Amino acid sequence: MQEAEAQSPYDMAVVRGFALSALVWGTVGMLVGLLAAIQLAWPEWNVGPYLHFGRIRPVHTNAVIFGFTLGVVFAGSYYGIQRLCRVRMFSDTLSRINLWGWNAIIVAAAVSLLSGYSTSKEYAELEWPIDLALAVVWIVYAVNVFGTIARRRERALYAAIWFWIATVLTIAMLHVVNSAAWPVSWMKSYSAYAGIYDANIQWWYGHNAVGFLLTTPILGLMYYFLPRQAGRPIFSHRLSILHFWSLIFIYIWAGPHHLIYSPLPDWAQTFGAAFSIMLIFPSWGGMLNGLLTLRGAWHKVRTDPILKMFAVGLTFYGMSTFEGPMMALRTVNSLSHFTNWTIGHVHSGALGWVGLTCFGTLYYMIPRLWHTELYSRRLADVHFWLATLGIVLYITPMWVSGVTQGLMWRAANPDGSLTYTFIETVAAIQVYDAIRVSGGVLYLTGMFVMLYNVWRTVAQGTSEVPEPSRTPPDAELSAVAGGQ
Amino acid sequence: MAFDWHRPLESDSLRLTLWTALAIAIGGIVLLIPPFFMQGTAEPLPGMRPYSALEQEGRDLYLSEGCSTCHSQQIRPLKSETDRYGGYSLAGESVYDRPFLFGSRRTGPDLARVGGKYPDSWHWIHFDDPRRIEPRSNMPDFAFMARRPLDLSLTSRRLEVLKFLGHPYSELEIENAVADAEAQMAAVAASIRKDGLTLDETAARSETIALIAYLQRLGKMTEER
Repeated sequence: MQEAEAQSPYDMAVVRGFALSALVWGTVGMLVGLLAAIQLAWPEWNVGPYLHFGRIRPVHTNAVIFGFTLGVVFAGSYYGIQRLCRVRMFSDTLSRINLWGWNAIIVAAAVSLLSGYSTSKEYAELEWPIDLALAVVWIVYAVNVFGTIARRRERALYAAIWFWIATVLTIAMLHVVNSAAWPVSWMKSYSAYAGIYDANIQWWYGHNAVGFLLTTPILGLMYYFLPRQAGRPIFSHRLSILHFWSLIFIYIWAGPHHLIYSPLPDWAQTFGAAFSIMLIFPSWGGMLNGLLTLRGAWHKVRTDPILKMFAVGLTFYGMSTFEGPMMALRTVNSLSHFTNWTIGHVHSGALGWVGLTCFGTLYYMIPRLWHTELYSRRLADVHFWLATLGIVLYITPMWVSGVTQGLMWRAANPDGSLTYTFIETVAAIQVYDAIRVSGGVLYLTGMFVMLYNVWRTVAQGTSEVPEPSRTPPDAELSAVAGGQ
Repeated sequence: MAFDWHRPLESDSLRLTLWTALAIAIGGIVLLIPPFFMQGTAEPLPGMRPYSALEQEGRDLYLSEGCSTCHSQQIRPLKSETDRYGGYSLAGESVYDRPFLFGSRRTGPDLARVGGKYPDSWHWIHFDDPRRIEPRSNMPDFAFMARRPLDLSLTSRRLEVLKFLGHPYSELEIENAVADAEAQMAAVAASIRKDGLTLDETAARSETIALIAYLQRLGKMTEER
């Protein structure tokens, strides 16, 4: 196997590693998410010091964002960059450090969060030693990516690579600035910023974690894998250019929409809301570029589960990037903020856009990584339907519950006094929390169907066949470079 | 062609990377840096003191247990909010909060002004089993904290780091941090016992006591304890 790998022009071992680790963390993260959902509906499911909602919620978010989503992003970008640059990754050693270092960080994250080591900054809960390790591994990835690009044998850089470059740069910047802290002990630190300054920086980070962990790298996957699966070049190169630059420029400004009606200065809140509205255009530019690539290939979408995942994923992307800006309007935000509407919004993006695009990417890559066919297209189709129904059963009750609670919080009697006590608004949404659990069960069941399908695929395939010793020009890129 | 200007960026990775870096830097520079230099963004309220040693310990436990995943500490300037929770939150009230704890989801009620709203004994029972106070509550119970003695080994170090970051602690306060925390613990335990609850020695020096001391401070930033 070593020899075969050495002869191959591309390093696919790191891709296989990240694809499998992503599946493991996805399953763990969604299981923990399901437990959290059950606990909200039935509090007796909270167990002692280590498994109550407060501790497992960050385990859920860290496992699905950093373990699953970024695992697929590492796998997909290592797969795509080598082919688009027609050269092996810059350094196999860096690729191994990336793979094992990253997975060690996720293990450390899960253990430390369950043990109560948390900064309480959302999506940045990890304490300083793990933050430092994360920064180092991220730099390793950056060096590997830029080193490969520098050695490329293809002049033109395809759009997918732009999105991955933006991801590498922005995440480094966000992580370093937001995690700045002074250590108290080896697992405790105080943020370098206090109060409203801390809030401002945290939501600049938090919103752009959505932008540059859950949007730009996923767009990179979409730009690379969707045209290949559809057998058609991307709809418009010009639209790629327009929406790439506008998306990355505008996203950074939108963070303060998480702080509307907070003590953050009004001008900053207004910037946040205004740039959030503007974000509709570049977001929909990406959605349309993806969906219109399927022009003339819609008959394939009917039968191909991978294309179904990409198409429905893009639709959810369009939907949640319309919903988000609406929620940044002050009047809507006054109702939606602090309610389950936000949770529903996040999950329509996370389960719909990110989840389905990641699943499509894995289903595309895994048979190729093990030199075989997918064990069962039918099961992939079952997964698609379980996931889609799961999303609907998740986000619909969250909308209803969010609006219900928001309206109950503000309801007033004719004399101006509040109509409901807080606990009445908790009791009113319990039923929706219970329905949401069923959505989570469906989505997780789809994940298990995928695990089985992947296991059978890997079992019937082999990783020992060398890749072709040539690096053929990338068909997609040629189409772009030649036309339009 | 109209988009020929972009061709050089697509073949020159350095130029592409530099323009990308510029595009992602501008928003952050404009939004994050000016507030640090603008008068009145966040001035401590007159007479405001930082958290006591015990309150800070309690706050750090609040972080450990992820309380802010369900409780916000940010009252919005809306009538329905100020009626329910009290005056809206001011920037000055959180200047000693590292990190800030505004939260993003109110599974439970806002806690920005919960201090003094209920007696210490109410909190003691509520942490032990929230459903003894409110049967419809979906809050986890934190009974395990009452069996864990508060670890005071880092108490002075915590204040020392906070002083280094700009919180106005005196040398004396840092030196006496542990004794100060012990004294406040005794006071909280006494107030719980006064209401007829029995606390054993572990319970009287437990993590729950520190957490209660912290909660009772919320919204009372200018008051002596």
